[in-house]
Amino acid sequence: MGQKIKRLHMNENTTDALKELLYKMADDLLIIGHRNSEWTGLGPILEEDIAFSSMAQDKIGQAQALYTLLHEFGEQEPDIVAFMRNASQFHNAQLLELPNGDYDFSLIRHFLYDHADQLRFEMLAHSSYEPLAKVARKVKGELKYHVFHANTWVVKLGAANDESHFKMQTVLNEAWNFALGMFEEGPFEDLLREEGIFEGEKILQEKWLKNITPILLKAGLCLPDEYTWKPINGGRKCEHSPYLTPLVEEMSEVFRYDPTAQW
Amino acid sequence: MYGNAYIDTTEKPAGILEGEDPQRLQEFEARVARGEKIEPKDWMPREYRKQLIRMIEQHGHSEIIGALPEGTWITRAPGFKRKLALMAKVQDEVGHAQLLYSAAETLGKTREAMINDLITGKSKYSNVFNYPAYTWADACIIAWLIDAGAIINQVANAKGSYGPYGRALDRICTEESFHLKYGHDNVVTLATGTPKQREMVQAALTRWWPPIMHFFGPSDKISSHTEILMRWKVKMATNDDMRQQFLNMYVPKIWDLGLNVPDVNLKKNEDGKWDYTEPDWEEFKRVINGGGPCNAERLAVRRMAEERGRWVRNALNTSDAKYVAPFA
Repeated sequence: MGQKIKRLHMNENTTDALKELLYKMADDLLIIGHRNSEWTGLGPILEEDIAFSSMAQDKIGQAQALYTLLHEFGEQEPDIVAFMRNASQFHNAQLLELPNGDYDFSLIRHFLYDHADQLRFEMLAHSSYEPLAKVARKVKGELKYHVFHANTWVVKLGAANDESHFKMQTVLNEAWNFALGMFEEGPFEDLLREEGIFEGEKILQEKWLKNITPILLKAGLCLPDEYTWKPINGGRKCEHSPYLTPLVEEMSEVFRYDPTAQW
Repeated sequence: MYGNAYIDTTEKPAGILEGEDPQRLQEFEARVARGEKIEPKDWMPREYRKQLIRMIEQHGHSEIIGALPEGTWITRAPGFKRKLALMAKVQDEVGHAQLLYSAAETLGKTREAMINDLITGKSKYSNVFNYPAYTWADACIIAWLIDAGAIINQVANAKGSYGPYGRALDRICTEESFHLKYGHDNVVTLATGTPKQREMVQAALTRWWPPIMHFFGPSDKISSHTEILMRWKVKMATNDDMRQQFLNMYVPKIWDLGLNVPDVNLKKNEDGKWDYTEPDWEEFKRVINGGGPCNAERLAVRRMAEERGRWVRNALNTSDAKYVAPFA
């Protein structure tokens, strides 16, 4: 592994590149954690309420860890960053802000996102930016179970009966271009790669496709035809669907009720 | 939380023991009196089984319905610490439902049948969840005081005679003690916080006091029914005793925080008993029978969740045979 870099010795461009990377990862986690938590009390079986809540707790905790790294770069406290920004300041991929829909959509999104996230953290476990590598090594252990959960259910429901198969295929088609938007490239791809911080979105997407394809095949599900692939980008540049604003307003409702207060 | 199963003690006691084998009944009662636990395959009187199913099932329902008013605040919890803690708490409650339904299943009623009776309104759940949690402070008061009430009830019931229920309650009580700390910490934060926070928590306490007083149920009539259930260690303490215990433990803590309990008659007597204004039991009956502010909404949400999840449960019930795409 290349030389480790420390925050103190970083030039401004590298700092900006790292911040961009951390913001999009943290925002992805916070928003999907929030969506997962909406299943509490409403799952198709009690065990799934519990599973989605566990994953939500992991995601929110992971988001907090990344906002803490950002705080070390001079950004505001994690609570302020998470609960005081407006939707137009979030860098999450649009896939994650979409409403939960039925269990089929939540499940396929969980599958598509968690595979990407697990690979991202695996790549970052070797990052030259050691504080991030350290977080990544811890997080990837948690993500192993998220991916295991997603795979089990996608394979089961994709292949169980006509109804479940049809539902899963439909939501896969609907989610697909949003999922491709997770890999929207940022302005610092080359720099991050040169500095040994992160190998980049392109490589991540290739690895992701390679991982999910055999599982979808096992589930009897087909990837949408390649000519229809049109990534829904914009999230990384803070462009969002109409669904993010109400989510962020709900999330910060109490916090903003009295911003001077300790909660 | 929330194990105050509502046993209707106005039911006629006649016939409870009718047709039971006197010798087996005697042996059963001797075992219970010796403090032995009754296990699923042991002989038990019909009424014992019936009341236990009802109690455990109601308790399970209360856990999942209780997740609804609290769950509303997960997505609004202010800050990482509160959000993570509330998620974990409500997750525990759903886990309790899972444990309790399993305990009730040992008595011969399936989870599906229990949930079906819940959503059709045939079986009850704790009355407190028919009230809305208007603000974040309501969720904090619930987490502290409703969970406190539930612990009093559950610690008593954990010593009951039915093994699987007692063991489930032991586990539940351990988790509840964390919920209580979580709730208390939240209420302390609000009560010692900014004027807006103090106002919010006082309003929530004022709103929740009547349902809290209702929580333990109406005074137990001294009926032969109650007497039998207590002898069988199905019911472990009277409703009034539990209410007294709650007042004794928590009213001083509430007062310490400078909060006002909305009952001018509330005071501790020299004999250690608390005086209080008798709760409005007509209101209690009206709400438990469907007339509360949230009964319809709670059941509608639960029904919707069941309906939306049906295809998943159907899929789980299919064999592992692979779906094969039709040729045409």
